[in-house]
Amino acid sequence: MVISNKPLRFILVALVACLPVISFANSEKDAAHTQTEVAHEAAVSEGHHAEPTDVKSKIKAFIGHHVLDSHDFTFTQDDETGKYYGFPLPVIIWDNGLQIFSSAKFNHGHAVAESNGNFYAINHHDGKIYKTDATGEIKEDEKTGHPTNVRPIDFSITKTVVSIFAAAILMFLLFAGLAKSYAKNGGIASGVGRIFEPLVVYIRDEVAIPNIGEKHYKKYMSYLLTIFFFVLFLNIFGLTPLGINATGNLTITFALALITFLITNLSANKNYWGHIFWMPGVPKPMRIILAPIELLGVFIKPFSLMIRLYANIFAGHIVLMSIIGLMFIFKSWIGSSLSFGLSFVLSILEILVAFLQAYIFTMLSALYFGSAVEEHHHDEAHH
Amino acid sequence: MTGLNFIGAGLIVIGAALGIGRIGGSAMDAIARQPEASGKIQTAMLIAAALIEGIGFAALFAA
Repeated sequence: MVISNKPLRFILVALVACLPVISFANSEKDAAHTQTEVAHEAAVSEGHHAEPTDVKSKIKAFIGHHVLDSHDFTFTQDDETGKYYGFPLPVIIWDNGLQIFSSAKFNHGHAVAESNGNFYAINHHDGKIYKTDATGEIKEDEKTGHPTNVRPIDFSITKTVVSIFAAAILMFLLFAGLAKSYAKNGGIASGVGRIFEPLVVYIRDEVAIPNIGEKHYKKYMSYLLTIFFFVLFLNIFGLTPLGINATGNLTITFALALITFLITNLSANKNYWGHIFWMPGVPKPMRIILAPIELLGVFIKPFSLMIRLYANIFAGHIVLMSIIGLMFIFKSWIGSSLSFGLSFVLSILEILVAFLQAYIFTMLSALYFGSAVEEHHHDEAHH
Repeated sequence: MTGLNFIGAGLIVIGAALGIGRIGGSAMDAIARQPEASGKIQTAMLIAAALIEGIGFAALFAA
């Protein structure tokens, strides 16, 4: 090695020696900080929905807002002027007939929207639309804390829906172009297709064929490729500063897992159901015990798909944003640069996670499809 | 008792972490023994790790 251990050790010692600087630099601010926090808590206990004033609760509110779906697309906001940079999205509600209006009417949750004589307001806690009276008051159940107002059926084009559309259009254009480029260049991919061709081939050769088998894999390739690139694109979108958190939304992953569940069980053969209800190759009393467990497994498999993708992306977003938020809490050159470096490293890790989770979702889907269409093995399978 | 579910979730997470650690370690051993089979070992490792991870997350959400 060219680099000896000495400089490294020196840097480490220097870093450790500088650590107290962080606390010294902040001692004064911390005192002021706790005061504002106490004031803030007092404001909350009075029952006002006061805007968060100190940095810590601002960051908390921002992260909480980011991980939830929202009815407008806000890139950033100016706290001093209260100006939002972004664009409103259409709100589509089914409530005694279709109510369609722009989410600009809500004024980012500060105003009550009116449509055909009905009044709606956005709840600050879950970001969902509730029906209210003209004052826009949302009453809360004292025991559970849930709002007691009526929730209309909401088909709105929210931020997440926009990102799904964006991913779908992008995929359509990209892969239609890739397919066309084969015809044009005589079987050789061109342009951006050169990046995606190896991925497509990888899914076919390393995921679909080994797990599903040569005989049946073609039927499932379209779904596997779609799910892989859809999840991958949405994961990558989530890492851009656009502030999208689509795969970290339980409803999206639920829909994806539901499709896998339906395909698995609708294309399953006799052999698959035989392994669930009457496991071959084990003693008879054991089969009775195994049947409910295996039946439960049918539902647990897609459930774990759903939770895995959601939790990974959700947790990744929260950790990453908390570490970025630390910069504003430290407010000293060393603490902030440390958390900058940490968030940079973590972003790279999150790119890896984006690929890994897309791969695992595809891989496990292929595995489940494979188990559904597996042919019966006579001798060596059950030993 | 409200605190017990968190303790249970913590225990499950510890178990899941130990399990994933073992899988990773065993995969390293296996790759060191048979470097030519590293692709297959990696795939199997990822699947097993993903399954265990699923249990860990399920526990987190149950808590």
